[in-house]
Amino acid sequence: MQLDVRIPMGLLFLLLGIILVVYGLTSDPAIYTQHSLGQNVNLVWGSIFAVFGAVMLLLSRRKSG
Amino acid sequence: MGAFSPLSMKSLLPLSLLATVGGSGSQDVLLKLAGVDYLILGIYFAFVLAIGWVLRKYLKTSKDFFESGRSLPAWVCALGFIGANLGAQEVVGMAASGAKYGIATSHFYWVGAIPAMVFVGVFMMPFYYGSKARSVPEYLKMRFDEKTRTFNALSFAVMTVFSSGISMFALAKLLNAIIGWNFDGCIIVSSLIVLIYIYSGGLTSAIYNEVLQFFLIVLGFLPLVLLGLKDIGGWDGLMTNLGGYSASKGMPGAWSSSWAHLGHPADNPLGIEWFGLVAGLGFVMSFGYWCTDFLVIQRAMAAKDMNAARRTPLIAAIPKMMFPALVILPGMLAIALFYKGGHSSIPLPVSANGTPDYNMVVPTMLAKYLPHGMLGIGLTALMASFMSGMAGNVTAFNTVWTYDLYQRWFNHSASDAHLIKVGRVTTIVGLLISACCAYAATKFNNIMDMLQLVFGFVNAPLFATFLLGMFWRRTNGHGAFYGLLTGTLCAAIFQGNTIAAGETPGLLKGGWLSIQHTFASSMAQTWWMAIFAFTGCFTATLVISLATRPNHTDDELRGLVYSLTEKIRDEGTPWYARPATLGVIVLAGAVVLNVIFW
Repeated sequence: MQLDVRIPMGLLFLLLGIILVVYGLTSDPAIYTQHSLGQNVNLVWGSIFAVFGAVMLLLSRRKSG
Repeated sequence: MGAFSPLSMKSLLPLSLLATVGGSGSQDVLLKLAGVDYLILGIYFAFVLAIGWVLRKYLKTSKDFFESGRSLPAWVCALGFIGANLGAQEVVGMAASGAKYGIATSHFYWVGAIPAMVFVGVFMMPFYYGSKARSVPEYLKMRFDEKTRTFNALSFAVMTVFSSGISMFALAKLLNAIIGWNFDGCIIVSSLIVLIYIYSGGLTSAIYNEVLQFFLIVLGFLPLVLLGLKDIGGWDGLMTNLGGYSASKGMPGAWSSSWAHLGHPADNPLGIEWFGLVAGLGFVMSFGYWCTDFLVIQRAMAAKDMNAARRTPLIAAIPKMMFPALVILPGMLAIALFYKGGHSSIPLPVSANGTPDYNMVVPTMLAKYLPHGMLGIGLTALMASFMSGMAGNVTAFNTVWTYDLYQRWFNHSASDAHLIKVGRVTTIVGLLISACCAYAATKFNNIMDMLQLVFGFVNAPLFATFLLGMFWRRTNGHGAFYGLLTGTLCAAIFQGNTIAAGETPGLLKGGWLSIQHTFASSMAQTWWMAIFAFTGCFTATLVISLATRPNHTDDELRGLVYSLTEKIRDEGTPWYARPATLGVIVLAGAVVLNVIFW
């Protein structure tokens, strides 16, 4: 029996997602007008990362459970 | 840099990273990182090391270390397969090509990858996996003889450490140029991390990290593409500006079509006509890489059963087909934004003669569109891809060294525990040699170019040997070995008699014997060289095999040759898990994409 790759992957993306979301909420909005056409990419992609990570974790649990 | 970059998938790359990345290196750094970016980078590396650490306890036999115990599900192998191929040379190089050649760069995917990936999955994997060979050279030993195996194992082993050294060099040089990090530091840290996770977790560790890196690249680069597209005014805006740029280059429409301008080499920026492209890139070079290179085949051979092994390249073909949107589109966007100018323009560095520094496309796009936070993700993805490029080469190297060279020539009766130890020591030695190559690349660029050239000669004819070996049972050991030598010789002679426009004749650029033909680009020269080498090898293998005695009985060839192997029956498996069905779907998808972007 091997380690299910979805566990580290899920944890990594969930953690990175949370960091991005927190940073997106607390950072100076000026960096978004300067770089990403006014869009708060940290908030948006952070959420996508977190959801992706959570789904991976769920999938790994469902298989073993 | 030379016309030949024959290192694994880089053999298909028109540009070499060695060329221009970094430029003078003394100007202000392009990317300034904030604390959050460092945090993200740090977390990623902690995970990479942790995976190796956890996998340690599952590692019991040499089969676990070198072949992942042949236990992984198809989707994991498929993402490892594609992740090993999606090195940074691919990400940075394909974006550069997207800027230099436009949509036609997609030929490296829809012509130069998909058909070969389907072929290896449907037709060749039954022999690789079914033969129980532990490596591609070992298959050659079973099918042909010892000399063919040793020739292939030696050239492959040298090529992989060299290739990993080039990855290391490119990583250090790029990071030095765009962030100002210390060159030596980058080499030491990147090789230490790769060393630790392969040393502890073996092939599984490398594959797991390739899976992680695959998602990191996809999720990290997508916002770049979306923001770039939005900035230029959507697909229509991109096409309008690419149209303007093509016209300014005297090839109207060439950047926004893949096939329409391939009638004549002078009509397109690739400098090739359709036949050379299809036969050279699409057949000889692409099949030579995807169907014989142990770096990718090793990932499929780690699968848990025959069906999973066969589906590995087929599943991998699905994201591969979509990658142009992720890796070529940023280059097209960059050149279009560059041409558009004004507020949206991107500050692509320009050389003295007015051509943009294409290798800086990805770093420049990262700097322009990603704020701190996402910038850390983008940079992590880039570093991850360099490191998995190194790791892929190192795992293939330690397997071939341990099984095909060490166990065969030095210690025939080595115990299993001893083989793991050898594999681990080889990992250290391989990385040390890679680091030496990386430093050699900084000092003796010509030697590196020369090595790449020689590998190009050796690699070009390989597919002929495998094709004949697997599908014509009369092929024998002498035919295979001397056929390979003949093909290599053909490649060298061809190169000695041709040159690309604008190059001066010499050992590196060709034309050192005479100049019989001048190609519009060095890429066209490489592809035609491959066609000649293949033909030479094919013919020689055929003739020599017929002229000499078979060295195996039919019984010995069972499971190694098509006509002597029982066909695999798929009746019990659902339609979506049948390799043939998947293959047809993937091929149809590639045809549709070619037509859409004609």
